[in-house]
Amino acid sequence: MTASGPSLRLLPRVDDENRFFWTGGADGRLRFQRCAVCAHFVHPPAPRCPFCLADGLRPEPVSGRALVESFTVNHQQWIPGSDPYIVAWVSIVEQPDVRLTTNLVGVEPDDLRVGMEVVVEFEQQDDVYLPLFRPTSAPS
Amino acid sequence: MTRHSFAGRVAIAGIGATEFSKASGRSELRLAAEAVDAALRDAGIAPGEVQGMVTYSADTNPDIDIARALGVGELNFFSRIHYGGGAACATVQQAAMAVDAGVADVVVCYRAFNERSGNRFGAGVQDRPPVANAENAHFSFYSPFGLLAPAQWVAMAAQRYLHMSGATTEDLGRVAVADRRHAATNPRAWYYEKPITLEDHQASRWIVEPLRLLDCCQETDGGQALVVTSIERARDLANPPAVVRAAAQGSGRGQDMMTSYYRDDLVGLPEMEVVAAGLWGSSGLGPGDMQAAILYDHFTPYVLMQLEALGFCGWGEAKDFVADGAIEIGGRLPVNTHGGQLGEAYLHGMNGIAEAVRQVRGTAVNQVAGIEHVVVTAGTGVPTSGLILGVDR
Repeated sequence: MTASGPSLRLLPRVDDENRFFWTGGADGRLRFQRCAVCAHFVHPPAPRCPFCLADGLRPEPVSGRALVESFTVNHQQWIPGSDPYIVAWVSIVEQPDVRLTTNLVGVEPDDLRVGMEVVVEFEQQDDVYLPLFRPTSAPS
Repeated sequence: MTRHSFAGRVAIAGIGATEFSKASGRSELRLAAEAVDAALRDAGIAPGEVQGMVTYSADTNPDIDIARALGVGELNFFSRIHYGGGAACATVQQAAMAVDAGVADVVVCYRAFNERSGNRFGAGVQDRPPVANAENAHFSFYSPFGLLAPAQWVAMAAQRYLHMSGATTEDLGRVAVADRRHAATNPRAWYYEKPITLEDHQASRWIVEPLRLLDCCQETDGGQALVVTSIERARDLANPPAVVRAAAQGSGRGQDMMTSYYRDDLVGLPEMEVVAAGLWGSSGLGPGDMQAAILYDHFTPYVLMQLEALGFCGWGEAKDFVADGAIEIGGRLPVNTHGGQLGEAYLHGMNGIAEAVRQVRGTAVNQVAGIEHVVVTAGTGVPTSGLILGVDR
């Protein structure tokens, strides 16, 4: 069975520091903070650049392409009524040490593998756009 | 690393616990008071001599409430350690520093909760009220995707570890089999006389792949306390001192609470490597000087990673280390001889410290012959701590 996500999503607490991340999907683009001085992307949002310590982080869109670094298949009914769903770490192709936690969708659990190429899509709930990822092509 | 001045000058002189159950039928404060009372009786020290108390910031029982309940008088030292089960060995470190500094002569460390019949930690963050501070904000990056509970947080790291090291879920199962073998001969253990086989482990249901039910520790109601005092005082008491040879805390680079998903290496336990450097570096002891180990086992994968972080084997070699029963009684390095948190009780690591004391005293139900030193660790995946306890020579 192709995975989707939990039956109920607990929406994030949107604040001034993370609003760009959770609402940026309105135009279909995934965004991360990027340092205007040293050009590093940073995630999760930080008060200042942890690489060069400059106060120069601002949101910037990325390609939305990523690689799977780890994944789990979640069977326990922490959220009742959920079919087994996949939680994954993915790293963005622009900078491998920028990772985010997400659900992989449109994939069979048995076809999962570390290193799989995935691409972002957004699921809107209220004013939040949740970044989910699906394989870029059918697994071989 | 420089020697820590408390090393060898402070000892655990008393241990005491309630029964370990799934429904204690009494308050957490009562469990804490019973455990502290039992530890003081074990030490042969009157409540009025207690000058200090240390617990976890996760504990609901304030030191002053226990002091009032037990007839403890004035306190000179009170401290609470953060980061859940990572606090376990650090309570003893705080006590040891206070005793060695002359701030308090007798310090009690304790942890008590109704973790099965009351607030179940295994449920994770889903029913906690959202509070807008830095400590809670990061859960917003996990909860929307159904990543809510400790087993799930650990499974993410475990899958990566299996991928990188070549270990399999059978290697995880060998940890559970060892714990349950030890619990089977420990009358205090919840799983007394209930050993499991590797086949039982592999047949248990998935919780969150790659973790099965038998990779996850139980939930427990109970309390455990320890009494820490100077080595001189301890030598005059009823039981042989369990000498604090080393105690250390550790937080790694890029550390998070259970979800260190952004640091350089996506495998291993850098915080436990910090603890290991503190323990070995301050004591001059090494893995080869340990005759047993009590390794925090809320989930089996972290036991394998701890064997590596502590230097009992090289990176990725834990699967080979555990292959031939080395971590079972009679093996090269018996681990969790009381049954661990999978088999005896989940007391946030405090019951493991008590087991190390029994091993040093020579009174453990699964006693290891020729004990000189036992290493003990606290919660993994969080800022954590460790101890080396030794015999008095």
